[in-house]
Amino acid sequence: MAVTTSAPPKRRRRSLGDLKVAMIFLAPATVGFVVFYIWPTLRGAYLSFTEYSLLQAPEFNGLQNYERMIHDSFFWNALVVTVEYVVINIGLQTVLAVLIAMLMYRLTKSITVRAVILLPYLIANVVVALVWYWMLDFQVGIVNQGLTLIGIDPVAFFGDSHWAIPTVAGINIWRHMGYTALLVFAGLQTIPSYVYEAAEVDGSSEMQTFWRITLPLLRPVLVMVLVVTMIGSFQIFDTIAVTTQGGPINATRVIYYYIYERAFTRFDFGYASAMALVLFAILAVVSLLQLRLLRAKESDLA
Amino acid sequence: MRKSLTPGRTVAWVVLIVLMLLTLFPFYWMLRTALSDNTQLAGHPSSLLPVETTLGAFKRVLGLSTVEEAQAQGGSGAAVNFWLYLRNSLIVSTVTTVSQVFFSAMAAYAFARLRWPGRDKVFALFLAALMVPPIFTTLPNFVLIKNLGLLNSFAGIILPGAFMTPFAIFFLRQFFLGINRELEEAAMIDGAGHRKIFFGIIIPISAAPIATLAILTYINSWNDYFWPLLVGQQENVRVLTVALGVFRSQTPQGGPDWAGLMAATLIAALPMIVLFLAFAKRITNSIGFSGIK
Repeated sequence: MAVTTSAPPKRRRRSLGDLKVAMIFLAPATVGFVVFYIWPTLRGAYLSFTEYSLLQAPEFNGLQNYERMIHDSFFWNALVVTVEYVVINIGLQTVLAVLIAMLMYRLTKSITVRAVILLPYLIANVVVALVWYWMLDFQVGIVNQGLTLIGIDPVAFFGDSHWAIPTVAGINIWRHMGYTALLVFAGLQTIPSYVYEAAEVDGSSEMQTFWRITLPLLRPVLVMVLVVTMIGSFQIFDTIAVTTQGGPINATRVIYYYIYERAFTRFDFGYASAMALVLFAILAVVSLLQLRLLRAKESDLA
Repeated sequence: MRKSLTPGRTVAWVVLIVLMLLTLFPFYWMLRTALSDNTQLAGHPSSLLPVETTLGAFKRVLGLSTVEEAQAQGGSGAAVNFWLYLRNSLIVSTVTTVSQVFFSAMAAYAFARLRWPGRDKVFALFLAALMVPPIFTTLPNFVLIKNLGLLNSFAGIILPGAFMTPFAIFFLRQFFLGINRELEEAAMIDGAGHRKIFFGIIIPISAAPIATLAILTYINSWNDYFWPLLVGQQENVRVLTVALGVFRSQTPQGGPDWAGLMAATLIAALPMIVLFLAFAKRITNSIGFSGIK
C-alpha cells in the first residue's frame, strides 16, 4: 500500500490500489446501507402493491391499496390533522427560534444560555410527553392551576378535540425551539459585521435592520431550517403514542400514528406500506417546492 | 455602545430570561413531583415545593419498597424492573454507538481520504438515503427482523443502526476532508499502510469530532422509542423509553401515580442530563455545524 504520489504514472496505479482499500473500509457500512436502507426501500415499495398480514406471504393486488386510500376517510383525516400540526408547529417554532437566536446574538455569547435552551432537545420525547401530560392535567396540572388563579376556566388540553393538536404541537415546540434557535444563531454569525456597520452609518433603525438586512441574509439558513423541521414534524409519533393515542375521536390520529396502527395493531401491512410511500412522496414534493420557491441556494449577500 | 443597558436591552434580557425559565420549569416540576407523597399530591396541586417531601416515589420505582408500601403510597403495585430497563438501555445505546461511529468513521475515511473511481457517486447515493422517511424503511425492516427470528432480542434492536447512518458518515467526512495531506504522505514514506494511517493519524487527530458524534449518537439511541417499541416489547430486552410508556399505561386512570411516574422519567432522563452537562460546550457548538449544509 505504501505508494508515493509524486510521479504521474504511479498515480494511476494508486487510484486502483485505493479502490481495494476503499472496499475494505466501506464493507461494514455498505452491508448496513444495503440491508437496512436500500433493500427495505425497494421492498417497501413492492409491499405497497400487496395484501400482507405478516402471517402469510404478501399477495400482489395491484393498485388496490391506493384505491382504498382514496376512499378511506381516516386516511384523509390523518392528513388534515398532520397538516394542522405541521403548520402550527413550524409557524410558532420558527418565530420563537428566530426571536431566541436574535436575543442571544445581541445579548450574550454565553454557552450556559445556549445550553439551557438546548436542554429539552436532549430529553427523550417520551419523557417530555409524560412531564407535559402531568403539567397539563385537567384537574391537578400546574398549568390549569395557574389558569384558574388568573380567572380562566381550566382547559382539557388533551381531552378537547380542538385543543389536542395545538397542545401536542406546543409540547414539541418546547422541545425543539432551542435546537432550531441554535441553527438560526449559527446562521446569524455568518453575516459579516460590515453590513451592520453600514446600516448603522445610514441611520437604519433596529427594526429596519432586522427586516431589511438580517432576515433576507438569513434566508438560506431559514429555508434549511424550514425543510428540516417540516420533514421532522410530519413524523410526529412518540408524543401522540404516549399521550392521546390518536384521540379524542381521531383528533390527533396523525399519519405516522395511523400507519403504525394499521401495520402493527391490525396487521394491514400492505396498506400501511402504501400510506408510507404516499407520505414519502409528499415529503419529497414539499421539500423540493420549499427549496425551489424560497431559492435556498442563493444568498442575498452580493 | 452596544453593551450599555438601555431600556431596549433590559426588555430583551427579560424576554430571554422568561424563555429560559419556561425551558427549565418542567424539569423542576418533574423533581418537585417526584419528591412528593403521591396520596397528598392531589390535595396541593399548586404547591411550588414538594408535598410531604419523601423519597418514596424513587424507592417505589427502583423496586426498593414492598408491594404493600407501594400501594399505600398510591403506586400500582405492579413490579417495575427499573434496573433491568436501565441495563437494557445501556447495552443498546453503547453497542449501537460504538459500532455505528466506528464503521461510519471507516466509511468516511474511504470517502474523504481515498481516491477511487465512482467515489462521489457512491457518496451521493449514501446521502440520498437521508431523504427516505424512517417509517418507510421501518416497515420492511420489521419484517426482516421478524423473519430472521430476532424479534425481542438485542440484535434485533441494535442491528439496523449498528453499521452506519448517512448522517454519521457525512459528519465525519467533513472533518476528514480538512486534514492535511502531508501528514499521511509522510507516514506513507515511512512505510505506513492505510490501516496504520487510519488508526494512527486520522482517528487521533479527529478525536474531538468523533467524540461529539458519539455523544449525539448515544443520546439519540437512548431516547429512541419507535423501533424498540416495535421489536423489543418483552421484559428482558425492554429499554427505558418503552418501559416508561408501559408504566404510564399501567397507572390507574382514577388516581395516577404521578410521583412515581415523574421519579421514573427523571431517572430515565438523568443520564442524558449528566452527559449533557459534561459536554454542553461540545454539543452546543456542534449544532450549527450539523444542521446546516
